[in-house]
Amino acid sequence: MSEQVADESLHGCPTSDSRGQRVVHPTRDGYIALLKKLLDDGFTICTDLTAVDYLVHPGRALPEGVDPERFEVVLNLLSIADRSRLRVRVQVPESDARLTSTFELWPGTEAMEREVFDMFGIVFDGHPDLTRILMPEDWDGHPLRKDYAVGRIPVQFKGANS
Amino acid sequence: MTAVENIRQTNEGGQEMKPRSEAGARELLREVGAVLRMSEAEVARLGEMPVDADEDQTMIINMGPQHPSTHGVLRLMLELQGETVLRCKPVIGYLHTGMEKTGEDLTFLQGGTNVTRMDYLSPLNNELVFSMAVEKLLGIDGDIPERAVWMRMLLSEMNRMSSHLLFLATNGMDIGAVSMMLYGWREREEVLRFFQKVTGLRMNHNFIRPGGLAADLPPGWRDDVLSILDMLPARLEEYDILMTEQPIWRERLQGVGVITADEALALGTTGPILRSTGVAWDLRRDEPYLRYRDVDFDVIVGTYGDAFDRYAIRLNEIRESMKIVRQILDRMPSGDYRIQNKKVTPPPRARIDESMEALIHHFKIFTEGFKVPEGEVYVAIESPRGEIGCYIVSDGGPKPYRIHMRAPSFVNVQALPHMMRGGLVADAVAVISSIDPVLGEVDR
Repeated sequence: MSEQVADESLHGCPTSDSRGQRVVHPTRDGYIALLKKLLDDGFTICTDLTAVDYLVHPGRALPEGVDPERFEVVLNLLSIADRSRLRVRVQVPESDARLTSTFELWPGTEAMEREVFDMFGIVFDGHPDLTRILMPEDWDGHPLRKDYAVGRIPVQFKGANS
Repeated sequence: MTAVENIRQTNEGGQEMKPRSEAGARELLREVGAVLRMSEAEVARLGEMPVDADEDQTMIINMGPQHPSTHGVLRLMLELQGETVLRCKPVIGYLHTGMEKTGEDLTFLQGGTNVTRMDYLSPLNNELVFSMAVEKLLGIDGDIPERAVWMRMLLSEMNRMSSHLLFLATNGMDIGAVSMMLYGWREREEVLRFFQKVTGLRMNHNFIRPGGLAADLPPGWRDDVLSILDMLPARLEEYDILMTEQPIWRERLQGVGVITADEALALGTTGPILRSTGVAWDLRRDEPYLRYRDVDFDVIVGTYGDAFDRYAIRLNEIRESMKIVRQILDRMPSGDYRIQNKKVTPPPRARIDESMEALIHHFKIFTEGFKVPEGEVYVAIESPRGEIGCYIVSDGGPKPYRIHMRAPSFVNVQALPHMMRGGLVADAVAVISSIDPVLGEVDR
């Protein structure tokens, strides 16, 4: 079994152990409340915020009480004082792909949330400037979604008049 | 023509910086670099900042994406009042090639060729973090042979030296010390020559692979490393005379692009930018990977968080890397350069000629790849630019289900508005340079 499900919880949220790394699984409603507590616990840096589209891999291991959804937003937090890391994985359903922005807690996640919006189409409520960051503004679709095929888009500028 | 009309005529959409009348209050606050609640002392210091002017007294200009001092295709939009920068917004994505999407279509063995092209100035560190993440998923991270671990450390530190030497070159070029540009490239070339001898390529090596390395060190490698170590100290002394002790250089960098420790932490910056504010955080010491626990080196920190500190930190990190490399030379163990695990290691070349099974095994590994157990893992190491992390999700197949690289430059570039605020437009170049961004990694 790749992921042993630990039975302890953190601030009321179930946790799991992934290859020796601690992961906490909040619900979408309890997401910001948990992050606030974690920030108070000393996780002063949010090193990374990204997302995964589990469209074609639904049967992943999750602790009891966490229902798998299509999208998962993953935060990697770092506490410099304790030299410890913690991963937060929150489920985001396809039908309502929204999440509250963490901009108020860690301003550095601003660009990362824009990247997740650009690549996965997850909307972050309360984000100051939610626009595409890597793709052009008029791009259709969200490239890192699993139903967005590689090579479907014709090469840009190829037929430009010289 | 008013600013609004001007923007409308050259508009490419919502990614750009808008005139004040159109930007929302929160967006405006972020662009002027005010995202933190401040103490009263800090508010008092804000009195030195320029008073926000009316729209008709300012202008928004583009810097880049085609500009020699923007390190690739970084585009900055600056709002200027006279020569003072009021707001700044980095616009990125001009080098986006969908490498994370490509990574989902390459096997774990091929993945190294992909990640090595992200931060093209420290390719070996990219390969290292990718390999370490894959090894952790496979559960073989504790079984890597000693020689492979020390070889990885040697290459990683040599790469740090070459990357920082190039920083010194580009930093010199941006400030106007053009001879430094030539010296920096010249010294870096010596290190790249060593890489070429070891890996066959100057850049984008794909040499560190899951399970170990592609090949053993070539004969004579020790003399090559020693000749670099003998050559560099005198050259670094020259840089000190040429730049560190030079009044013009200090005038251009000291007090420019200041960022506080609180801001740096809140913005998630790592590496020399975080260390320049006095936070002694280096993953080599604080979360030791490989055998950094067994070598002796210092973490260089600054005090003021300005561009000069960031320059001095990188210069002295070259010296620390040389110290580490000397210890590696003394302690390089003999043994295998890759793990002898049939699952991930192809059979030796001689076996392929005499054994059908070995041939099939070899063929399977290089066409189908090896399967990696289901799970997800995040591994971070200290690259020359800060924390480079690799988040891999595996669904049990031979290709990663999702691969994400936490690129240090991507996060560090977002600190630009905070460093630029209130500075002169001529200093903007020095500030960009002091971040040392690699746009291949920012845009991926």
